[in-house]
Amino acid sequence: MDVFLQTLVAGVLKGGLYALIGIGMTLIMGVMGIINLTHGQLMMLAMYVTYVLNTMGVDPYISLFVAMPLLFLLGVAIQKYLLNPLIKADTILPENQVLMTVGIGMVLTEIVRFKFTSDYKYITTTYSNQTFFLGEISFSMALVIAFGIALAFTAAMFWFLIKTDLGRSIRATAQDKDAATLMGVNTGRITVITFGLGAGLVAAAGCLLAPVYYIFPDLGGPFTAKAFIITILGGLGSTVGAIFGGVTLGLAESMGATYFGMEYEDIIGLTIFVLVLLFLPGGFKRLTKV
Amino acid sequence: MKKNLLPLAVVALIAALPLVLKDNYYLHLMILFLMWVVIGSAWNLIAGYTGQVSFGDAAFFGCGAYTAGLLATHLGVSTWWGLALGGFTAIAVGLPFGWICFRMRGAYFALATLALNEVLRHVATIAEKFTGGMVGILIMPSFMSKVPYYYIALAMAVASLASLQWVVRSKPGYYFVSIREDQDAAESLGIDTHLYKMLSLAYAAFWTGIAGALYMNYMGFIDPHVVFNLHDISIMAILVGIVGGVGTVYGPAVGAFVMVTVQEMFRSGFFGLFKWLGDVSGSASLVKVAEVLTQAHVLGFGILVVLVILVLPNGIVGDWGKIKRGVFRIKPAS
Repeated sequence: MDVFLQTLVAGVLKGGLYALIGIGMTLIMGVMGIINLTHGQLMMLAMYVTYVLNTMGVDPYISLFVAMPLLFLLGVAIQKYLLNPLIKADTILPENQVLMTVGIGMVLTEIVRFKFTSDYKYITTTYSNQTFFLGEISFSMALVIAFGIALAFTAAMFWFLIKTDLGRSIRATAQDKDAATLMGVNTGRITVITFGLGAGLVAAAGCLLAPVYYIFPDLGGPFTAKAFIITILGGLGSTVGAIFGGVTLGLAESMGATYFGMEYEDIIGLTIFVLVLLFLPGGFKRLTKV
Repeated sequence: MKKNLLPLAVVALIAALPLVLKDNYYLHLMILFLMWVVIGSAWNLIAGYTGQVSFGDAAFFGCGAYTAGLLATHLGVSTWWGLALGGFTAIAVGLPFGWICFRMRGAYFALATLALNEVLRHVATIAEKFTGGMVGILIMPSFMSKVPYYYIALAMAVASLASLQWVVRSKPGYYFVSIREDQDAAESLGIDTHLYKMLSLAYAAFWTGIAGALYMNYMGFIDPHVVFNLHDISIMAILVGIVGGVGTVYGPAVGAFVMVTVQEMFRSGFFGLFKWLGDVSGSASLVKVAEVLTQAHVLGFGILVVLVILVLPNGIVGDWGKIKRGVFRIKPAS
């Protein structure tokens, strides 16, 4: 029973971070209707920002406030100068934007590899290896803090999307782009802001993950894969769904790692992905209607 | 017949090349180029003609390669049997996958192909007893010289192009295009879109699998990260298609040539041009440039992806009119 509870706790804590990754992705997916296959690479970039700041003695949680604006600006630039021009181009395949994100991801990975080499980097803080116990269950300090901050960000995001004008415009664009344009929403600007927001959120996830994970340039790919699994699980464009999806993936991964073996961790995620596509296309959104 | 004159001339030229070209390095590049013609044109049928963009060509490529390799390690037969069977293994994997996943459209299907590749890669890694896991499969190549491989690759490339041309001019070929243009309209006209998408997938899987088997025979070594590689196989296949021209018969052939050249150019620092220049002029900075370029070859590749999509979204063959206009405008009137 303890093993089960321990696995449960580990899964939920990891799920909180996954949710943060997923929300950024689902926002981009909802508004632009494209899959951002450079999401993990943006996170990797944020982790390196954290790493560089850490070598100067800045705490990872403080570098959050540097990495997020930086990645926001990068996201804005990517959307404005690389992705938006493609909408106008007349092509046979509509998947050009998706492919473009793959290209951007490659460029980001290689720039980082060029600068920092492929070596694994670590950020060691005083709380990296700290744990505390509730009963028989151990909690990793860094993961608990990360979970808390992730929750705070998620809540802030909800408030932003529901209460502010900008948030409403984003939701309107996601629901119906043409109608939003007719209502006077500058949808071009909204897509740019959304991509920036998505990049900023995933940057936050990167900073929170940095103290408990190792950092290397190829980290992006697997996390991009996780991000789209979460998004598909939750239902495209659904923020509530992304949270469910994140927690589900976190739980499934840690359950799989405990009961099947570490090497099955990734396969379980992918299997869930295919099962959801088959039996619940539309994801949890179909059940929650949000 | 006159229309086919240019391709035939090119084929004759390529066939005569080993008589003149004795350098193994360039023969190797040519073999890679011919292999990519096969993969690129297979991708072009499923994505360019049928409109079902696949991000997981490596799955079929790996199936073919592993068929050849496993036949050799487990049954002890020649890996060349893989060339005959690899394509069918890929179909055997592709058809059930397609039957399930063709209910999804557009980007969802692309993601599913990506997942298929990931699953196969993990399976090949985990099933150590059967596939050798991360250690991979190593076989002795059948020929010391590269020339036999060259002609086998050439025969495959010609056969795949000829079959592509035949398919797209036949009735299913028009069905494929109608599915790409508007699936609902195609369905309302009585086309069994699910069936034809599966046919198109089977074709693509078959040729990609055969290319994988050739890779196994030629390279003599595979492991899950080499053949089920997202960037080096799947994305490269897409680039070959897009650079050359989506939905054109000869596009991928042009694309394969450009991409293999460019990839190698970055890998070798513009074929050692900068290093040579640096050595000749004695300038240390040029040697440095050469070093930096070789280190950053994947970066160059990535930048190329971005540029190609921005500037030539329909590829060299597809945007040929645009290129011609652009070039002639720049040229001074003389």
